[in-house]
Amino acid sequence: MSVAGTNGRALPWALVTPALAWTLLFFVLPFIAMGLSSLTAHEGGAFTLTNYSQFFTDPSYWRAMVNSLEVTAVVTAISILLAYPFAWILAEQVPERWQRLALMLAVLPFWTSYVVRSYSWLLVLAQNGVINRALAGLGLVAEPLQLANTRFATVTGFVHFFVMLLTLTIFANLKQLSPSYRKAAADLGAGPVRIFLHVVLPLTLPGIMVGAFLTFVLCIGDYITPQILGGNNELVMPQLVMMQIGRRGDFPLASALSIILMAVVTVAYLACARWLKIERT
Amino acid sequence: MRAAVRIAAGAYAIAVYGFIFLPVVVLVLFSLQSTSFPIPPFTGPSLRWYQAVLSDARLTSALVNSLLVAVLFSLASASLGFLSAWGFARFALPGSALLRGLITLPLTVSYLIIGMGLLVLFNWAGVPKSLLAAGIGHVVINLPLCFAIIYSQMGDHQINIERAARDLGAAEWKVLLLITVPVMAPAIFAGFFLSMTFSWDEFVISFLLTRFETTLPVEIWNLLRSGLNPKTNAVGSLVFAVSIVLVVLFELTLLRRKPA
Repeated sequence: MSVAGTNGRALPWALVTPALAWTLLFFVLPFIAMGLSSLTAHEGGAFTLTNYSQFFTDPSYWRAMVNSLEVTAVVTAISILLAYPFAWILAEQVPERWQRLALMLAVLPFWTSYVVRSYSWLLVLAQNGVINRALAGLGLVAEPLQLANTRFATVTGFVHFFVMLLTLTIFANLKQLSPSYRKAAADLGAGPVRIFLHVVLPLTLPGIMVGAFLTFVLCIGDYITPQILGGNNELVMPQLVMMQIGRRGDFPLASALSIILMAVVTVAYLACARWLKIERT
Repeated sequence: MRAAVRIAAGAYAIAVYGFIFLPVVVLVLFSLQSTSFPIPPFTGPSLRWYQAVLSDARLTSALVNSLLVAVLFSLASASLGFLSAWGFARFALPGSALLRGLITLPLTVSYLIIGMGLLVLFNWAGVPKSLLAAGIGHVVINLPLCFAIIYSQMGDHQINIERAARDLGAAEWKVLLLITVPVMAPAIFAGFFLSMTFSWDEFVISFLLTRFETTLPVEIWNLLRSGLNPKTNAVGSLVFAVSIVLVVLFELTLLRRKPA
């Protein structure tokens, strides 16, 4: 339904142009600038492909990408496994009138500042932090465990964030599921396990995939959590990008690494989109 | 069997809530620490670290900067989002779906890459690092959110009110200001408040694009270099409190939209 304005064609364009111009000027144009920059040499600015070839030949760069992919895969898997039963409990076991409150409580820490949330995990995981003190107090460990500045810490920080996110997407999906599917399956003689595996799980798979994709994108592109919790022992891609800028002022290399990172996310998106499409038909 | 499932479910839910709340509770608890280390045993309660935060000129000016950037650039995000949402919802534009896709595209790109792109562009164009530069980046990430929220709330019933106003002789700008803006106010405010929460918390873009004057998350980042410190807990708890207020405002404005 659209209304032809009295001012003819000018008005609608006047309305949408500012937003479009902003996106073109400050999103598309920077992206083009980054693309061009990635093809120039750090010294002199001549055209070169070395920024990209460096990534493929230098094993430490490769290592960062492998670390990124490993951490992201582990975080996504653990987050789904933790969030699914939790979302199910919220949707099925909690009485209807308490559901909204229960869900709001579950996502409340979502709104702590991102930097602060990673830092507060440091308080929990540090040498003399809450966990080590508790373990020592119980007499379970003689020496404090090295928990902070490890991949374990990075994964914990990420899982904390994404359990909340996935709980939201899976909960929404479970609530949309009509109970008649389950009733029909039960009437046809399926037990609770079969109903879950053959009815509920396949029907909530799109919600899981949307959540998993969001987890992938946000996790692989994040600098803060690995930097604060993981330390500098095992670099991930965003840390590598920031290092090129911070320590060396090497914008071309940082641009090339960002574009490679974006390419990986795009591939994941295409994989997910294709998969979801097949699932729907 | 039923009872066993319920008990297991309850235990699981408590464990997950415990995991989710553990760092937040630790943060707030040790912000009230009376000694100098935010680690057990708890020696508080004391408000000395909140006092220390509020008397720290760097932190308070960063706090003011953060609020200013969040308010001004969320206003810009909500305004641009509203105008474009109205334009796309009310008029048939050629390539409309494609253009709407373009406006929402930044949602799929990580903040780090958006910040990097702007850094490279501004560096080439000779634009110095500043709060304005960071704010421009905040609009890039928040405009798609405002647009999506407001566009999704543009219903058919508003078309009729607008048409009635036009039939009674109102000019387009009058329809916009006197009819559409008031009718859409809850969605516009929801977009504005959500945008505020993200802008207020945003780190990477501000970190890359500001230098001397900077925002609170960047100052907190600088504080982290000095190790664990109850002052960081206190400022972190304050940031959390502000975010919660903004989220509640967002919920209230968006929920009022739907007839209960």
